[in-house]
Amino acid sequence: MFTFLNLIFMVMAGVMVLGFIAVSAMFLIWWERKVSAHIQNRYGPMRVGWHGALQSVADVIKLLLKEDIRPTKADAWVWWLAPFFAVVPSVMAFVVIPFSKELIPRDLNIGVLYIMAITSVCVIGIFMAGWGSNNKYSLLGGMRAAAQIISYELPLILSMITVVMVANSLSMQKIVEAQSRCWFIFHPNLALAGLIYIIAATAEVNRTPFDIPEAESELVAGFHTEYSGMKFAMFFLGEYTNVFIVSAIATTLFLGGWKGPLLPPIAWFLIKTYGIITFLMWVRWTFPRLRVDQLMGFAWKFLTPVSFLNLAIVGLLLLK
Amino acid sequence: MEDSLSAQSMKKDIYTEEFLINMGPQHPSTHGVLSLECRLDGEIVMDCTPHLGYLHRSMEKIAENRTYTQFIPFTDRLDYVASINNNLGYCMTVEKLLKMEVPERAQYIRVIMAELNRIASHLIGIGAFAQDLGAFATPLFYGFRDREKILEIFDEICGNRLTYNYIRIGGVQSDFPEGLDKKINEFIKYMKLKIDDYDQLLTNNAILLARSKNIGCLSKEVAINYSITGPNLRASGIRRDIRKDAPYLVYDRFEFDVPLGANGDAWDRYKVRVEEIRQSLRIVEQAIHALPPGNPTSKANRIHKPQAGEVYVRTENPRGELGFYIVSDGSATPYRLKIRGPSFSNLAVLPELVKGLKIADIICILGSLDIVLGEIDR
Repeated sequence: MFTFLNLIFMVMAGVMVLGFIAVSAMFLIWWERKVSAHIQNRYGPMRVGWHGALQSVADVIKLLLKEDIRPTKADAWVWWLAPFFAVVPSVMAFVVIPFSKELIPRDLNIGVLYIMAITSVCVIGIFMAGWGSNNKYSLLGGMRAAAQIISYELPLILSMITVVMVANSLSMQKIVEAQSRCWFIFHPNLALAGLIYIIAATAEVNRTPFDIPEAESELVAGFHTEYSGMKFAMFFLGEYTNVFIVSAIATTLFLGGWKGPLLPPIAWFLIKTYGIITFLMWVRWTFPRLRVDQLMGFAWKFLTPVSFLNLAIVGLLLLK
Repeated sequence: MEDSLSAQSMKKDIYTEEFLINMGPQHPSTHGVLSLECRLDGEIVMDCTPHLGYLHRSMEKIAENRTYTQFIPFTDRLDYVASINNNLGYCMTVEKLLKMEVPERAQYIRVIMAELNRIASHLIGIGAFAQDLGAFATPLFYGFRDREKILEIFDEICGNRLTYNYIRIGGVQSDFPEGLDKKINEFIKYMKLKIDDYDQLLTNNAILLARSKNIGCLSKEVAINYSITGPNLRASGIRRDIRKDAPYLVYDRFEFDVPLGANGDAWDRYKVRVEEIRQSLRIVEQAIHALPPGNPTSKANRIHKPQAGEVYVRTENPRGELGFYIVSDGSATPYRLKIRGPSFSNLAVLPELVKGLKIADIICILGSLDIVLGEIDR
């Protein structure tokens, strides 16, 4: 009986997460188009639905109906599997995202560690796509992505560890609880970690000024140049899910998670998360892009040492 | 052959290969149908060869079968971002061949139009450069927003928005409509504010500096050897502007500076363009105040039969020195017409600049050279 109930719960949670991801990605694509349009003196989508609200639905239908083209010389298996490797880890990361006190698929006691581990798998998918397409632009894009994501993982994880040290727990819910008096971004020991996190997270999800892997003006579309139809949509879905995940983690670790007055917790969680996403969009549509070597230099020569230093100092302060 | 290859690769377990990519003719940032054949060692560019000709329309041959007046619209299609300047260069050449006088008002109008067109062209140049550096279309759209104001003015004057066909042999197509000077003055006021916006958004942006400072340095010697002209030459620190050195029309009556760069890197080329917009605004402002009365339209016939002879006239196009060389045999059509386009030489220096840099720098340098393929391929 217990296992049966458990199974039902798992299936329901899975369906809810998948539904949420699809709707959220569609909303984010529309929202990004609107935000960018208004930054650029345009309207963006206006025709399908109210202010183009149903544009993403139309796009999804288009992508579903499109022919799935495979380049003849592509490495069939690698090419076919890559989109799944890009999407599945980001879906799995939802397991520990706390939408509210009750609304969390499972509050693992190693939540932060789990997130760190599972989100690193995405890079394999991207690299597989770059390699399997057998296209030089894709290969360059895939290589760059692998190098970039691995480099920025370090400062990202170090800033997360700083939070774990202060909160004294790896569980997402306990970290939220630890912020009931003061959000960690305003915590004197953690403000720098928050800044490092948001910079590294921008790089982690390949957005300008760190969008080197897809650098449109150089590499056409980077690792997903050869993908069309639903496989391309998978990469897109993965990308926007990742953006949501890093923002959700930022909300949980630094902005007090679902805590907030008056409104229900889930509303606070979504407001904060989408606020961070909008900030990322604002940055994306304003700045030029760094060059690949500058990006790596920034990660290894500046961001990583600074995060190590920050970690050490916070550790010393905690010892007192 | 194969045996020796496998033997070689056996000897060295790990070896790397150069690889060849063809950037273009269908690529998001080759500014038209340009193909760059790049040999890469990982991210590093070993060699880069531009391949031209995808847009070749044999303009110069067409000219031999058209009357002098009929060829004016073709010049619009050379550098389609700055077509007034092409009209101007061609018409001045024919006028010199015919030894024709141009009404003073027409000369002032030509200056105003050419400078407004220069601003429009530089706005696209700056926007496209920032776009190439990955600033997703935002500066480009800002450039188009401000260019739109110029296009509205042009639309009111000659009814066209891209290929104006406005300057005629011996004058211009039509006089300014009523109240246009007010509109131009408003634009000058507007643009002076907006150009400061560009400075704030881009010029000293840390990322833009990191990407373009000391990238693609064009030394004075190389620039002269490749006969680079225009903003690209001035960015290398060489003071050369035909409007100053050999003033045509009424340019000698206006006060303006020639902005210079220091290093000749991509950032300098960008910065020179921003400054040139400011200078062009100054010229337009002075010209509109000094605009003399009279009839600027041409009184000449449509068919011209110049005396046999040859003539070369150069003008300062937004991209550099645009020259037209016409040989006449006394008939109603040119015997031979040769166009000296600035973008052609400006592109020729690209392989020299990109060697040893990263792929991203090719795009950055190409954007900073601000070429227009319509003029290169002709």
